Amino acid sequence: MTCTEFLAQLDDMLDQDAAIPLRADLQEHLRECDHCEVTLSTTRTTIQIYRSHELYELPEDLRERLHKAIMAKCKKC
Amino acid sequence: MSAAVQILKPFMSSSIQPQGAAEVHPDVLLVERARRGDMAAYEKLVKQYDRQVFRIAQHIVQNREDAEDVVQDAFLKAYQKLDQFQGNSKFYTWLVRIAVNESLMRLRKRRTGRMVSIDEDVETEEGSMPRDLADWSPDPEALYGQSEMADILRRTIQGLPPGFRVVFVLRDVEGLSTEETAETLGLSIPAVKSRLLRARLQLRERLSRYFKRRNGQAQGGEK
Ligand SMILES: [Zn+2]
Repeated sequence: MTCTEFLAQLDDMLDQDAAIPLRADLQEHLRECDHCEVTLSTTRTTIQIYRSHELYELPEDLRERLHKAIMAKCKKC
Repeated sequence: MSAAVQILKPFMSSSIQPQGAAEVHPDVLLVERARRGDMAAYEKLVKQYDRQVFRIAQHIVQNREDAEDVVQDAFLKAYQKLDQFQGNSKFYTWLVRIAVNESLMRLRKRRTGRMVSIDEDVETEEGSMPRDLADWSPDPEALYGQSEMADILRRTIQGLPPGFRVVFVLRDVEGLSTEETAETLGLSIPAVKSRLLRARLQLRERLSRYFKRRNGQAQGGEK
């Protein structure tokens, strides 16, 4: 398996539950290819880091202001 | 919403359903009530999804005032179009679709004369093949403080073309399925998949420079 072939499957590997073992041919490529191993693990980390950080929090006071404005507009239409 | 109400909700909705019927999503019941003029029901939907809509809008327009406007306009539009909502898709994905369209319109207005669509800037080859192959520190979170980390993540994702950014946000941050993301953006499933992969790889590439294993840092494992 070439790296390009491996990377074509990256999507499925990232979306599949990490607890489920990878297909045997993919595992074999990972064992012998550091590049793909790093790509898979760091891409996984990328997704996980973005998921676990709230980058745009909605402050409570702004939230209330928005609610009022939205409901007032809706009532008028 | 209080914890008590959240716990009660499934029971409340199932008690309305006759035995054996397919479970109706609680949102659908709220939409029905809102259609009949129950403003409190609509306010519930607003409270349920305002944070997500704000987040998605911020990711697309990258500007707080515009994001605030998008939240207002999206919920107003959704209210006006409630009659068009078909129970066959989730209310949330239907709402997100409206919010994404509003966000793209804002972006277009701001960059006058420049067309912005989710089809923009996608013909780049960057990110299809990883270049930076240095391994990362075993715990990138430990390298930076909370707010510094948030800055890095914001700056990094802002560098992606809008058409990649929005797919990554919907799919990986907000947790929509590939099918829902495709439906929301009016894209084919293969188009969503290819953008998602490129977005992920580009983010990874860009984050590498912050998270790379430093010289002298202990190597974990035997590799
Ligand atoms: Zn490889």
